[in-house]
Amino acid sequence: MTVLTPANPKTAERIAVGRDAVLSVVHLTMRFGGLTAVNDLSFEARAGDITALIGPNGAGKTTVFNCITGFYKPTEGMLRLAHADGTVHLLERLPNFAVNRTARVARTFQNIRLFPGMTVLENLLVAQHKPLMRASGFTVLGLLGLAGYRSAETAAIDTAKGWLDRIGLMDRADDPAGALPYGAQRRLEIARAMCTDPVLLCLDEPAAGLNPRESAELNALLRYIRDAHHTSVLLIEHDMSVVMQISDHVVVLDYGCKIADGTPDQVRADPKVVAAYLGVEDEEVERVEAEVGISHGEAGA
Amino acid sequence: MADARTSSLPDILRDAGLYALVAFGLCIPIVAYRTNAGPTGLELTPRWPLVAAFCAAIFVLRVVQRLILARRDARRALTPSPAQATEAVQGEPDAGQRVSTFGLYAFLGIALTLPVIASLASGGLGPARYWIDLGILILTYVMLGWGLNIVVGLAGLLDLGYVAFYAVGAYCYALLSTTFGLSFWVCLPLAGLFAAAWGMVLGFPVLRLRGDYLAIVTLAFGEIIRLVLINWTDLTGGAAGISSIPRASFFGIPFSADEDGFAARFGLEFDSMHRVVFLYYLILGLALLTNFATLRLRRMPIGRAWEALREDEIACRSLGIDTTTTKLTAFALGAAFAGFAGSFFSVRQGFISPESFTFLESAIILAIVVLGGMGSQVGVAIAAVAMVGGPELLRNLGFLSAVFGEGFDPNEYRLLLFGLAMVAMMVWRPRGLISVRVPSVSLGERRAISGAHVSEGHG
Ligand SMILES: Nc1ncnc2c1ncn2[C@@H]1O[C@H](COP(=O)(O)OP(=O)(O)O)[C@@H](O)[C@H]1O
Ligand SMILES: [Mg+2]
Repeated sequence: MTVLTPANPKTAERIAVGRDAVLSVVHLTMRFGGLTAVNDLSFEARAGDITALIGPNGAGKTTVFNCITGFYKPTEGMLRLAHADGTVHLLERLPNFAVNRTARVARTFQNIRLFPGMTVLENLLVAQHKPLMRASGFTVLGLLGLAGYRSAETAAIDTAKGWLDRIGLMDRADDPAGALPYGAQRRLEIARAMCTDPVLLCLDEPAAGLNPRESAELNALLRYIRDAHHTSVLLIEHDMSVVMQISDHVVVLDYGCKIADGTPDQVRADPKVVAAYLGVEDEEVERVEAEVGISHGEAGA
Repeated sequence: MADARTSSLPDILRDAGLYALVAFGLCIPIVAYRTNAGPTGLELTPRWPLVAAFCAAIFVLRVVQRLILARRDARRALTPSPAQATEAVQGEPDAGQRVSTFGLYAFLGIALTLPVIASLASGGLGPARYWIDLGILILTYVMLGWGLNIVVGLAGLLDLGYVAFYAVGAYCYALLSTTFGLSFWVCLPLAGLFAAAWGMVLGFPVLRLRGDYLAIVTLAFGEIIRLVLINWTDLTGGAAGISSIPRASFFGIPFSADEDGFAARFGLEFDSMHRVVFLYYLILGLALLTNFATLRLRRMPIGRAWEALREDEIACRSLGIDTTTTKLTAFALGAAFAGFAGSFFSVRQGFISPESFTFLESAIILAIVVLGGMGSQVGVAIAAVAMVGGPELLRNLGFLSAVFGEGFDPNEYRLLLFGLAMVAMMVWRPRGLISVRVPSVSLGERRAISGAHVSEGHG
């Protein structure tokens, strides 16, 4: 364990973080009225890893993402994000947009959220709002048409072109994002998130609705992101084959509780995971769960 | 119209017959008899020919409607939707886009030369006054429409109280010039700043609201400003308004007949029209400034953030865009342009009162933006000409008073016309006259985006 200074000087306490954890989720609980969607969840995503968060429908995976990315304020718990230079951000304290802007956590959505009426290229430029805004002198200098802004815009377009090339959408750059086929929209959403230059990329079911070929392309894209951009990936996935192929570390969630945590092989062999996740009858799940001794508590069914 | 769309002729006729029958049923209690107060009490005058005419009209209209719909459906069945395309869709410039480029130059050309055209056509500057005044009126609404377009069309925030900022600008000039004797050119930027500040003051608490809620609160804000103007008599003169506001001067040179006046200085014969022409070019300049700023801003990160906000606010936040400040800038900027327009209004009128800033004004400006096609600059200009110039045009059509009798004033039917125009637009062009969106940046040739993909915003 090393001791690091938090980015926010007001947070006077010094926080201990595992050496290479990019994200530590500590005792995270999220309640909606009487429903506990996430119950005392702790896990770590290590820098440079693809960490998968899996679990049956309604297990609370998207809720965890919404807490990490500032869309929900957790009822309890702490979310620590460490940058490579050692600064630490406490995500649960940041306003929603600052999770991306200052803590540099980017995400995609389970139901794709592109800007459908803007072109593919514009989608990627909106994602580079922060550097462009700075270059345009918060619009004032840019309005005067100064060269500084123009070169920044050219650089932003080049970044966008790089990603378009990578996701195979170069020839559709000027089409509205809403006109793209489903698989291309998924890839574009990932590229758009990457254009914000994140340290952690959170993907909510990126392979949902993809055909096997697109799914293989996605795997390649995620490996590229991890290896070439040194961006850690946190991945929600339903499709076990995707998870087992590309993730370095798997966390399994059921009814908001963590039931397993380890390498894909360890998780695959875990009887609790088999019972909870791999599609067995309800009664059988209950039987196996009773055997291995977990109770749902107030999480409810 | 939930009928299965079979389009065989007997089917259509039967359907239209059904409509006519329903119309007949409705007509019996409403139209068929007219009650007159006769000498022996109420008398019923049967009006069956009228009923027959109504039913026949409905029959014919329904047949025509069905035929048009059938043709459209047949045409649609042949063209695949672009959303299904896996290849780049080759966008031919459609009608709207052609209007866009052509309309831009036509509009600019006519606007720049209107005083010349008008005085040539009506023989002299004096007689052209009516047309130049009309031009000033239209341009004021064009400018207001363009200003509101930033808020509604680009950022997707429904603002029903836009006229409040117009009022702030107008009173700002009126008060500063009558109290401190400041000149128009000093007051103009101040009025813009003041209105923008009010935009912020209003925006800060309400911009977390969305959609209908935002609309209601802005509506209320517009009313509050008007009521304050009426009741704060010490400052604003109450319902009586502020009069003898200093008139426009040519950058300090008054438009007067003496030797210090504009005409004498420039060696012209004195003509009261000089001031009107100057005002015309002033508002034209202000409107073009609004347009220029909007077009420029659309290509900047802030403009793209506005449009992204209209498309999907949640996605914006996930990309690190501070949605509150982004909305506030749109609100403040839109308000600033209303402030400019307001101070122009008061320098032109020389007299202002709260009556000029009623909700109806907000509704007209919003109607201009919506009819023009949200986000389209040319569309807004065309809609402003139609909305403001249209009733004036009707007034000049002699045969209308022949039909509707003497003393027919089309201005009284303005709201009715709005309603009709709105309904017609909803049926034929639900996304406004020019519904295509031109991308702010492109790698290849800039191709317009069909309105079908573009969102209208939720708040
Ligand atoms: N905003 C919310 N309000 C109330 N309940 C919610 C909300 N978001 C999620 N939930 C509930 O939390 C549980 C977990 O949902 P979710 O995180 O979407 O599951 P997953 O993504 O694993 O399928 C579900 O029972 C869901 O109904
Ligand atoms: Mg989910």
